Amino acid sequence: MDKVEVVAGNGLLHRRAFLRDGAMMAAALTGYAYTKAAGAEPLADAPWSREMGAVMPPVQAPSRFEKHVVRTLSNPNNELRNSHARTPHQLLQGTITPASLHFAINHSGVPDIDPAQHKLVIHGLVRQPLLFTVESLSRYPMVSHMAFVECGGNSAPMFSNEPIQATAQALHGLVSCSEWTGVRLSTLLDETGVDPKAKWFIAEGADSLALSRSIPLKKGLDDAMIALYQNGERLMPGNGYPMRLLLPGYEGNMNVKFLRRIKLVDQPAMTYYETRTYSQLLPSGKAFRFYFLQEVKSFITHPSFGHALKGPGFYEISGIAYSGNGRIAKVLVSADGGKSWGEAALQEPVLPKAFTRFRMPWRWDGRPVVLQSRAWDEAGSVQPLRAEFVAQRGETKKPPNPLGFPNQHYNSLTSWAVDSKGEVKHVYA
Amino acid sequence: MSTLKPLAVWALLVGSGAALAQTPGLGARISEADITAWDISILPDGTGLPAGSGTAAQGAPIFVAKCAMCHGEAGKGSPAGNILAGGAPLTSGIETTKTIGNFWGYSTTVFDFIRRAMPFQQPRTLNDNEVYALTAYLLALNKIIPENEVMNAKTLPQVKMPNRDGFIIRFPERI
Repeated sequence: MDKVEVVAGNGLLHRRAFLRDGAMMAAALTGYAYTKAAGAEPLADAPWSREMGAVMPPVQAPSRFEKHVVRTLSNPNNELRNSHARTPHQLLQGTITPASLHFAINHSGVPDIDPAQHKLVIHGLVRQPLLFTVESLSRYPMVSHMAFVECGGNSAPMFSNEPIQATAQALHGLVSCSEWTGVRLSTLLDETGVDPKAKWFIAEGADSLALSRSIPLKKGLDDAMIALYQNGERLMPGNGYPMRLLLPGYEGNMNVKFLRRIKLVDQPAMTYYETRTYSQLLPSGKAFRFYFLQEVKSFITHPSFGHALKGPGFYEISGIAYSGNGRIAKVLVSADGGKSWGEAALQEPVLPKAFTRFRMPWRWDGRPVVLQSRAWDEAGSVQPLRAEFVAQRGETKKPPNPLGFPNQHYNSLTSWAVDSKGEVKHVYA
Repeated sequence: MSTLKPLAVWALLVGSGAALAQTPGLGARISEADITAWDISILPDGTGLPAGSGTAAQGAPIFVAKCAMCHGEAGKGSPAGNILAGGAPLTSGIETTKTIGNFWGYSTTVFDFIRRAMPFQQPRTLNDNEVYALTAYLLALNKIIPENEVMNAKTLPQVKMPNRDGFIIRFPERI
């Protein structure tokens, strides 16, 4: 009977307890004992093992048994308003969001853009305005970045004064992570030339609202990209086909989709989306402007609301951590509502401004627990505790519409309570 | 906007012709004049505002005809369109509805967004006089300008919005 080390309350085990060599090391330590697995039935062939399978389609779709793994839509009938599609984090694993399940917000539907007709112009405070096409950009030197994109309003239901009973998808589904491939904006700005008076650029889309945002030129010359590919294939229509601006670590709305124009300017344009929608009201009545950064954040996806634990025993707690500052440095997990913490294993590779999967072995004894995660990034920033966060940013007076955005840029903790029946609820702890 | 610069400045910025030759150089040259139809950005100092003018009285019937079906009578809002006028004090809570009157920092944003995005079903179909008139109507509705004040490229940027100074730059070092 092996034994593994308990590192924190309610059965959190050492992060290396089940890795190679780790189990043997852990076996020497006192703590939980493995239970014997239940006996299995004798084996027999299933029907699908006795006949030739189906034809392979040119573009494959998930198994028919995975039809529940879908984005949730806020505007399925395309009424005259914006539309959200949220990523089902509680049903996914790893760090890459399948392109078909990548979150999207579109403020006036998804435009049907012919890539042969699409153009990108760069002008304003430049030496020579230039016009690019998908074809011409496709001949430029390209780079690939793993990067999360997160809506500034992701996790908005967490501003509720009472915990809203909803899945990780409903609470945190407006963030996803892809490998993006395209042309560095700095490469194109080398060709247009940049007037020293230029301090900002306005990025604008080819959607019907001509959605526009002002972005510091500093970011444009750092790691901004004109992205053409998402996880190896062309961008999905809802994610900006045929080209979008990618600003790793910055508020999703700034990563302008269907990008058709970049204008270099000496001052921000104070557009609708930057001075109204994505300015965050504070309890004082003042508001943040130009938040830009998606700060360090994590949440547990397994187990989470909607899951049911099938009795006491071993489970792996896992979730997602990310920071617009760079790499995740550390994730701690608690099973006792924050009284004690154990350090989670970070799945390699740990990349800057991208999802990092954290994992924590756990032996549940069947009693009620409260699970939390808390992340640190390499810049030293840490997820604020909920009490600290609410003291600074406030909360609503009554529970809001879960699809609404009472406020934005929530990066505090998420707490999941598991009751003695194994059901998972959302709580504040 | 004028972007003429002494040649010496550009030489410092972009380097020699040899350096230029190292980039693919596949962008097509285009003049600012040929970008005009797309160049719809208005800056808070008024840069980009077109000729034309309008008043609240001229804007009122346009609002009834083209805006009220979503934004409601006198901009009171509906499920399909944001509230545009009035609004509670911003100290009423972090979920307080943001309106032009209680929140927006710059009058030029009103012109810019109407011209680029409205009406929702038919964006960029209003002429510049109509956009000035609707801008004046919404500013008057929020009691920011008098009913009879003419909005044009000169007067609009001078309108000081009530919440102009209500903002905190979150990360100044990132600008």
